Amino acid sequence: MAGSTGTRQTIPTQSISVRAALTHAAPPRRRRRAFDWSTAVIAAMALASAATVYARDGREHFFAILLGDVTLFAEMLPKVLAGCLIGAFVTLLLPREMVARWVGHESGFPGLLIAAFFGFLLPGGPITIYPVAGAFLVMGADAGAVVAFIVSWTLIGYTRALVWELPFFGSDFVLWRIIEALPLPIIAGLLARIAVRAGFNYRDDNQ
Amino acid sequence: MTLAINILLWLVVAGLAFIAAMRGQALLRDGARGGAMEFLLLLPRIGIGVVGSGFLAEALPNEWIAPWLGPQSGFFGVMIATIGGALTPGGPVVGFSIGAAALKSGAGAPQVIAYSTAWALYAIHRLLIWEVPLMPARVVWLRALVSLPLPFLAAAIAILLGRP
Repeated sequence: MAGSTGTRQTIPTQSISVRAALTHAAPPRRRRRAFDWSTAVIAAMALASAATVYARDGREHFFAILLGDVTLFAEMLPKVLAGCLIGAFVTLLLPREMVARWVGHESGFPGLLIAAFFGFLLPGGPITIYPVAGAFLVMGADAGAVVAFIVSWTLIGYTRALVWELPFFGSDFVLWRIIEALPLPIIAGLLARIAVRAGFNYRDDNQ
Repeated sequence: MTLAINILLWLVVAGLAFIAAMRGQALLRDGARGGAMEFLLLLPRIGIGVVGSGFLAEALPNEWIAPWLGPQSGFFGVMIATIGGALTPGGPVVGFSIGAAALKSGAGAPQVIAYSTAWALYAIHRLLIWEVPLMPARVVWLRALVSLPLPFLAAAIAILLGRP
């Protein structure tokens, strides 16, 4: 029963913070650095594997992979920039009362459905989803809705399936995979809400 | 197709910028500046991530992934596939090409679905490169935590339906 008292204590503070967020002119943005520990981990792994490839497969193969990766990176950039701009404008333009009402803490089951539908609808791949999801969070969406949104975008978003999956697997496989993924965003959202109700504190971020 | 997605994305940007401009020049400027700053801060991470994960995928032996994931591998195969998906580095090309290669060399469809679902949902490198920088870390861990059973569910549904 510790969980239920926890819920009663957290709900008022959360609605106050949502209300406080609504009265501010601009949503608070998290301070970010261009380089941090997660990037350092990836950089170390990248260096180690680049050295492995160079030593094992030789110089020519190394530069062929490097060229392929740099090309992929260059092709990504317009999408990344578009994703960042969409995230920034959505944060500024979308009325926060609407987000809080549609996918906020009191939105219930329909909130999860709406969030999952948004995830299906919005264009882009993993490159664009996180700025928008972060913006929703700042605007008062609850963790369950944000989780449903991200999972939906990841698993049933049509652009990702069209661009990446279809060429590799063919339409029959992709179609069935998406049909079988349909309930998953809702299940993930419900699980997230259960975890939050059981005491998982997702607001207290010291990073 | 990539071009079509780019056009679609930039049409959305143009539409949002237009709405912002209608509401005032300051709003348009704030949005453009905020988005551009975010982009500049992301560049080094994405550069390291994309280039690095290409080498990482190349350094890993892909050949032994397929035999573990056959249609007869059952729940064990689904579990191996899920763990494999979580550990697979690289962008969409890597995950999908390994999945497609596994399917061609005899892996079962439910196992491949579990693999690509796990890889799409909680590939560790993606959590580190994309999600943690852009979202509160606790929300990222919450999302990863509740996503853990999803590849098993997807595979179970695929086995039940008998498709694809």
